[in-house]
Amino acid sequence: MRIGVVTFPGSLDDSSALRAVRLAGGTPVPLFHASDDLKEVQAVVLPGGFSYGDYLRCGAISRFAPIMSSIITAAEHGFPVLGICNGFQILCESHLLPGALTRNQNLHFVCTDQALTVENTNTPWTSEYSKGDRIVIPIKNGEGSFQASNETLAELEAEGRIVLRYAGKNPNGSKNDIAGISNAKGNVVGVMPHPEQAIESLTGPSTDGLKFFTSALHSLVGR
Amino acid sequence: MALDTVSHAASTPDQKMPWKELGLKVEEYKRIQEILKRRPTGAELAMYSVMWSEHCSYKSSKVHLKQFGEKAVKSDALLVGIGENAGVVDIGQNYAVTFKIESHNHPSFVEPYQGAATGVGGIVRDILTMGARPIAVMDPLRFGPADAPDTRRVLPGIVAGVGGYGNCLGLPNIGGEVVFDETYAGNPLVNALCVGVMKHEDIKLATAHGVGNLVVLFGAKTGGDGIGGVSVLASETFATGKAAKRPSVQVGDPFAEKVLIECSLEIFAADLVVGIQDLGGAGLSCATSELASAGSGGMAIQLEKVPLRDPSLSPEEILMSESQERMCAIIEPSKLDHFMRICRKWDVTATVIGQVTDGDHLHITFNGELIVDVPPRTVAHDGPVYERPMAKPDYFKTLKPAEVPLPTDPQEIKAAFLKLISSPNIADKSWVTDQYDRYVQGNSVLTQPEDSGMIRIDEKTNLGVAVSTDANARWSYLNPYDGVKLALLESCRNIATTGAKPLAVTNCLNFGSPEDPGVMWQFAETVRGLADICLEMGLPITGGNVSFYNQTGSVAILPTPVIGVLGVIQDVTKRTKSAFNADGLEIYQLGATDFNWSGSEWAYLHGQMGDSAPTPDVAGQVRLINLLLEGQSIFESAHDLSDGGFAAAITEAMLPRSIGATISSPPGYESLLLFVETPGRVLITIDPKNADVLNALVTKFDIPIFKLGTTGGDSLKVNEMTISLAELRTAHTETLPKLFG
Repeated sequence: MRIGVVTFPGSLDDSSALRAVRLAGGTPVPLFHASDDLKEVQAVVLPGGFSYGDYLRCGAISRFAPIMSSIITAAEHGFPVLGICNGFQILCESHLLPGALTRNQNLHFVCTDQALTVENTNTPWTSEYSKGDRIVIPIKNGEGSFQASNETLAELEAEGRIVLRYAGKNPNGSKNDIAGISNAKGNVVGVMPHPEQAIESLTGPSTDGLKFFTSALHSLVGR
Repeated sequence: MALDTVSHAASTPDQKMPWKELGLKVEEYKRIQEILKRRPTGAELAMYSVMWSEHCSYKSSKVHLKQFGEKAVKSDALLVGIGENAGVVDIGQNYAVTFKIESHNHPSFVEPYQGAATGVGGIVRDILTMGARPIAVMDPLRFGPADAPDTRRVLPGIVAGVGGYGNCLGLPNIGGEVVFDETYAGNPLVNALCVGVMKHEDIKLATAHGVGNLVVLFGAKTGGDGIGGVSVLASETFATGKAAKRPSVQVGDPFAEKVLIECSLEIFAADLVVGIQDLGGAGLSCATSELASAGSGGMAIQLEKVPLRDPSLSPEEILMSESQERMCAIIEPSKLDHFMRICRKWDVTATVIGQVTDGDHLHITFNGELIVDVPPRTVAHDGPVYERPMAKPDYFKTLKPAEVPLPTDPQEIKAAFLKLISSPNIADKSWVTDQYDRYVQGNSVLTQPEDSGMIRIDEKTNLGVAVSTDANARWSYLNPYDGVKLALLESCRNIATTGAKPLAVTNCLNFGSPEDPGVMWQFAETVRGLADICLEMGLPITGGNVSFYNQTGSVAILPTPVIGVLGVIQDVTKRTKSAFNADGLEIYQLGATDFNWSGSEWAYLHGQMGDSAPTPDVAGQVRLINLLLEGQSIFESAHDLSDGGFAAAITEAMLPRSIGATISSPPGYESLLLFVETPGRVLITIDPKNADVLNALVTKFDIPIFKLGTTGGDSLKVNEMTISLAELRTAHTETLPKLFG
């Protein structure tokens, strides 16, 4: 199973995402923003980082990368896409996901081991979790506060498209404690926490993030 | 204004030059005239003034620092020593590690965010320049009193700057220090450490050789920021009533640096450079003169080719600009196309600005006119050397032993305990460190608040490195010779408690004005102590940094030698953490306690300094470190006892997993046990079944041992005193958020 990880200028967690794919048992494939070639991958991860320095709105420039036109087209046909942190921001800017990520309520960058509840397991990225699972995965961002109109929030809630919610204290002022959402089909998922940094107990606070990657591999087998 | 060319300078010997405004002394200006046998041009004067500044030339410290050479440790591990951008050590398995620490104190006071940010950026480029991929940063910080209004301006800006830059580069921040003291009000210390890793064959040096090779400037365009930053900012005491110096602070662009890192690493991997140097303090003046003087000496630069952000810059300003995120490479002409291709891939601007020439002069032209004609060595290395007067400061005459209250009543002990662990110096620093990304790159094995930061180097073999930085400025104030020794020993213990073996040393020596004989004496004693302890411990010094003029008016900072120690661990999965990990473990203290309260946090909280630093027991410390390494597999946790003594250490050990402890103390000695800071002690826990192994170890290494109690429960009990973990957590964690929001 080939899972691609895109490197944009300023991507930072690309190497960790590639490692996570490998440790989950998949074949990691590095992809570069400037090419529209998806190299026959069966799913793609947009990793965390500060693409283009986040000097404009986070993700606003990366969404125009040649690789994104291929990803957007594929995603509309059900291709699994996971956006992590900056990747989530790029998905929102690409309109593959609704809403926007804005500055954290306390205006600081926040790096902490975050408790989360898994809300939706009907996506290719979360199928190995059970609904209601409490997991701990790091968050590390300055602009992680999810905002959307009341109509959009109502729609996300009604359609069960909230994938992850912050448990306990909301770290950034996100509406409805939202930490991750999916598109209507469920194939496109964006999360602020970093599952690729919770793969090994040696380097992460837990191994709770691994199931994002094993879920994808197993859903791909079934396709 | 007409261009001040070399021929113009030769024909106008009496023209007045602004040497004084650029920070040069009259005798220094005379020496430049003697070297050139004429007056310098404006551009030459700019180069000499920045390169001969205290920051670049080490003119006050050189006579002392040469001890590091004279007393150098013969170490097979040292691959590149002092003098290059950063030292490099062999950690085995063909890996080489480079690490270095530098100060960015003055810019961070003027403009906290940018000063701290560019401090991180500068040290990262030093590491990159050696051919290494940067893998982690650490930031020892010092501020005025936590509740002082200016600290509320400076601290949040500095922390945000460190995080803003380092986070955007994708470098995990794995440790450091946050210390408050009155003497840093008006002069905060921002020291930045970076670690990088490479294979042995990938080490790069800053040298320009091979006539006809090209000088390529790549990275950000050159702007007007940081002009004179070195000579004006880093080498002069802040005084009131002077013009604002804000324009002298550089502005950082971490995204530009991130792509510059990836671009440079790809260039290194393709083996495209002969030599490389980053542009930091003194900008192009430094890079060209250092590259040329490390080669055969000849170089020609066409300054008008330098890409500018601000087209109005004069040639002098281009030479002095400290615009960030720039590198200078020497490459063979046949490799230029490949080089440029990689730069285009990363959208990095690259421009050929000159050539390596035969001869031994650095020639710089501007639109065809010769404006610099100097022997580069005279700029880069032959700066003035001062033997500044030294005298033991008068304050030693008025030092008094610390007399602190030592409560014996359980309620009073409890109040004292909570007061100590909630004091800004001892309180939890998450408010600071949660603004730094500690996970990025996925190799962070240990991060703050562990005793040292630890990074996995090889995923297959689990080889790793540990880094710790330490200073105890109060002990250095009381005895600078022993103080720095104690700092180094503490740093080594912090490496060894995690299971790593100390391997090499770097340092950042922060002091007041070298023109004050008392400060100069503190500095000289510190250097002597550091050279001696490194020799005694058999640890090579791989490089360092001196920061003088850290004072406000006539008040100097406490002498603050920050010592960084690098350790190596063969298997990071075996590392020991500082926190208790189970109930029912036996708690021991290794090392003996004495009655000296000088320099302790408990004395500081009572407005006292004391009169004498502890005397380092080097042989005993070597035995303790060897014990920690040999016994590593039986330690469930290990934590150095330092600032805040046993009280701070056990609080930090209990809170992460909410595991309490029951401690018994000889009655009446609870305060001594909990609050004194006798160095050379470690708090460990073991499974009771390993007690015999531990006893055999302490006998073998002749280390005093005290069984203090057991882990478990939801409170700390010391004889009759009880504090719930909830109370402890509140006291320990609320201080900084309350102060800084």
